[in-house]
Amino acid sequence: MADLHFGDDQPTEAERAAIDAIVPQADAATIVETERVVRGGRSRRHGLRHLLLPVLHSLQHEIGWISPGGLNGAAERLGVPPAEAYGVATFYELLRTTDPGHRDDIVHVCVDPACALVGNDDLRASLEADGARVHASPCLGQCERAPALFVQGVGRPDRVPADDGEDFRLPQAGDPGLRVLRRVGVVDPTSLDSYRSHGGYQALARAIEMGPDAVITAISDSGLSGRGGAAFPTGIKWRAVADEPGPDKHVVANCDESEPGTFKDRIACEHDPFAVIESMTIAGLATGAPHGWIYIRGEYPRATARLESAIVQARAAGLLGDDAAGGGQRFDIEVRRGAGAYICGEETALFNSIEGFRGEPRNKPPFPTTHGLFSQPTAINNPETLINVLDIVIDGPDAYRSVGTERSPGTRLFCLSGRIGVPGLYEVSFGTTLGELLDLAGGPTGDLSAVLLGGAAGVFVGPDALDMPLTLEDTREAGATLGSGVVMVFDDTVDMEAIVVRIAEFFRDESCGQCVPCRVGTQRQHEVLVELHGSGQPLAPQRAELIDDMALAMVDASICGLGHTAASAVRSALALGLIGNSQ
Amino acid sequence: MSGVITETAVTIRVDGQEVAVPEGATILDACDAAGVETPTICYGPTLTPVNVCRVCVVELDGSRALVPSCSRPAEEGMVVHTDSERVRHSRKMVLEFLATGVDASQADELGQWAEHYGADPDRYVPGGETMNEPVRVQDNLYIRDYDKCVLCYRCVEACGDDAQHTYAISVAGRGFGARISTEFDVTLPDSACVYCGNCVAVCPTNALQFKTEFDLRQADDWRPEDQTVTQTVCSYCGVGCNLELHVQDNQIVKCTSPDDHDVTKGNLCIKGRFGWNYV
Repeated sequence: MADLHFGDDQPTEAERAAIDAIVPQADAATIVETERVVRGGRSRRHGLRHLLLPVLHSLQHEIGWISPGGLNGAAERLGVPPAEAYGVATFYELLRTTDPGHRDDIVHVCVDPACALVGNDDLRASLEADGARVHASPCLGQCERAPALFVQGVGRPDRVPADDGEDFRLPQAGDPGLRVLRRVGVVDPTSLDSYRSHGGYQALARAIEMGPDAVITAISDSGLSGRGGAAFPTGIKWRAVADEPGPDKHVVANCDESEPGTFKDRIACEHDPFAVIESMTIAGLATGAPHGWIYIRGEYPRATARLESAIVQARAAGLLGDDAAGGGQRFDIEVRRGAGAYICGEETALFNSIEGFRGEPRNKPPFPTTHGLFSQPTAINNPETLINVLDIVIDGPDAYRSVGTERSPGTRLFCLSGRIGVPGLYEVSFGTTLGELLDLAGGPTGDLSAVLLGGAAGVFVGPDALDMPLTLEDTREAGATLGSGVVMVFDDTVDMEAIVVRIAEFFRDESCGQCVPCRVGTQRQHEVLVELHGSGQPLAPQRAELIDDMALAMVDASICGLGHTAASAVRSALALGLIGNSQ
Repeated sequence: MSGVITETAVTIRVDGQEVAVPEGATILDACDAAGVETPTICYGPTLTPVNVCRVCVVELDGSRALVPSCSRPAEEGMVVHTDSERVRHSRKMVLEFLATGVDASQADELGQWAEHYGADPDRYVPGGETMNEPVRVQDNLYIRDYDKCVLCYRCVEACGDDAQHTYAISVAGRGFGARISTEFDVTLPDSACVYCGNCVAVCPTNALQFKTEFDLRQADDWRPEDQTVTQTVCSYCGVGCNLELHVQDNQIVKCTSPDDHDVTKGNLCIKGRFGWNYV
C-alpha cells in the first residue's frame, strides 16, 4: 500500500485466518493508487481502523500472542501504520507482544483488595504449583465471589471458572423495592420471550408513542444522573446530543467497569442483558442516533456472550435494525471488547479504543455530546444509568422520584465486598445510610475499621461515617464520593498499609502515561508508599508534604479523572490514620 | 497559532490585563500577546497541540481544574491567571517530576524553568524508577537517547500527521513504561523511517540528536558558542527550502530550517537535512 512501510515479517496461515475472521476480504482496505492514504491524516485513516482491536484480540486468542508477522498482516489489511498498531497492542493487559513460548491458557488471578482479603496469594501459589500459567491481574470484577479468576483461552474460549454451575441469587431476591435489579435472577437472560413476559420492551413501545422530546423531558424531570462516577445529569446529556444536527451520532453503553470493587454492570449485563439493549434503543431513538455500541471489559466473557445473544434475538424480532421496533429510525448495536485497561472506562479513552487508537483520554472540551466517537455527537452511559430509563419512561418522573432525595432521586446499586456478612450487589434508595446498607448485607464480620467508598478512585471513611446518608450531596459534603457504588469493608485485622500500597500500584499500572502529572505522579506516589510500608516507621513530615504536593498537581493538571482521583484513597487513609502512624 | 484565524477578535483577561486575539487563537497565544512568558515542552509552533506535558497550565475562572493554555481556544470574556499559587505549584511539580526520571542535562530551557519555579527533584524516594534506556545508535544520521525523553509526542506528531506522514514511531507501552518506539522496537533502518530528521528538529531535550552532534559531544568537543550559522537554499530540487548550516571548525555539524519559513515550517527531507557532505 502506498506510503505505509511494512517489515519483512509475514503472517502465518493461522494468523491470516485470525485476521480474516474479523475483516471480511471484501472490506479490506482498498486504497486506489491515486488516493494516497496519507491525505487527510488521521481522519482519512479511519476507514477500517476501528477493527484493529478486534483483530488483535483474534490474533491473541488464536496464536497466543501478537507476533511481528501477525501485526504486519493486521496493519496492512487495515491500513494502519505498524508502529501505531504496535502502540495499540502494547497498551492492553490482555495482549502480548512477546512470544510466550507456549499455547497454554493464561490464568489471571486478581490481586486487588477484595481478593487480597480472602487469600488470593494462596490461590495463586496453588495454581502455580499445579503448573498453571498465572498472571497477576487488577480487579476482575468478581469481588462478591472473591478470590477471582479469569482464564484467557488460547484457541479455546475465555472463561470464568466461577461461572460454571453458579447458582446465581441476589441477596435481596424477592424484595419489592428493587427497580434496576427487578428482573435480575428472575428473568431468563438468554430468552427474549422471557424478558417480554417480565415487562420487557414495554418501555420502548411507550417511548415511541411519546416521541423523542417527551422522553428526554421525562429523563430530565426524573433527575437521573450518571451512575459511573461523575453523576452527570442524563437528560442534559441526551438533550445535547439530540440537538446536534445530522444523522451521524452514537449511543455508547460503557460496560468497561474496571474500578476495583465494582461488579454491578457485569451482573446487570449477565442477568438482564435485554434491559441494556432496550434502554440503548430508547436512547438511540430519543437522541436520533442510529449507531449503538457496547464496550465491555475483555474479562467479562459471559456478559459479552449474553449481550451478543440478546442483540441477535432483538435484531431477529425487528427490535434493532433499519426500522428499530417500528420507531421509524435505524438503530443497531455493535459489541466491542476491551483488552484490559482501566483507563478505557474513561469515556474519551473508550472512544479512542473503539477507533483503534491507544486508549488515551482526550482533553475536554470539546465534550462527547458534540465530539464523541469518531468525533461525532455521542451519548455515553453505563448500564445502570440506562436501565433506570425503563422505569422512568413507563412510570413517569414523579413515580421515579418517589424514593431517594430531592437532589438524588431513585435508587442506587452498591457493590459490597470485603469483610461483610453477605457480599454481593444491593439496590437501595438514595438516602439510605452507610450503616443501614452494611446491616442489610449482614454487617461487618469483624471490628469495622474502614470502608472504601467509591472504589480505588474513591475515599476511605471510618466507622463515624455510618450515619452518612448515601446521596450525591451528603457524600460530597463529607468529602467522599459514591463513585461507581463500591462499598468495600475492612476490619481491624487488615494490614491497611498493604491495601493502600496496592491501590497506589493499581494507579501506577493503569495510568495511560500520556500526561506528566499522572504518569510520573502515580509512580512516585507508589514509591513513597512502598518506602513507608517497608520502613515500619511513621510517615515523615516531608513525605506527607510530598504526597500532598503530588496529589494537588495530579488533581489540578492531569488530563482525566484517573489522575484527578489517583491520590484520593491514599490521602483519605492518611487522614483517617489508617496508615502512616506505625510505631 | 492554531485553528482558523478570522477577522473576529476575542478579548480575554490575562493576569488582569485585557488582550485581544483573533478568534481561533489559544490562551497561550493570548499570553504571548500580553507579554506573559509561558513554559512549554510538548507545544511546538509548527505542531498541533497534544497538551500532554501540562507545564503550560493556567488557572481559568469557572474551571475546576487548570487548563492547558497551548490547546484551549481563547473565548470572549475568559479570565486567566498565569502566576497563581495553583499554577506555580503544578508547573513546579511537572518540572520536578520530569527531572526525577529523565536526563535533562541537555534540555537547557527545561532547566531554566525548573529553576524559575523552584523544582526540587532531590526530595523524592531515592532509587526511584527512571527511563533507563540505552542510547540507540543504529545509523550515521541520528541517534535516539530515550534516557532524555520526556514523552512530549513531538517526534511522533512530526513523523505522523503534522509533517511527514511516515508514521515510523508511536508511543508504545503504558504508564511510566511508555516509550517512543518503532514496531517491536525494530531498528530505524528496518522501520518506516525515511530519515527526514524532522523528529530531531522538534525534540526539546536532545533525546534525538544528529550523529554529528552526538559524536562531538562524546568527544567533549560540542561547542555551540563557537558555531556559526549560514543561511542558504537547498540545491537539490526546486522547492526552495531554506537551510541553516551550523558550522564548527569549518565543518558542517548539523542542518536545520527555520520554523517560520513559509515553505518548510522547519521541516526538510533526507537530502536537505543530511546531504551536505559534498560541500
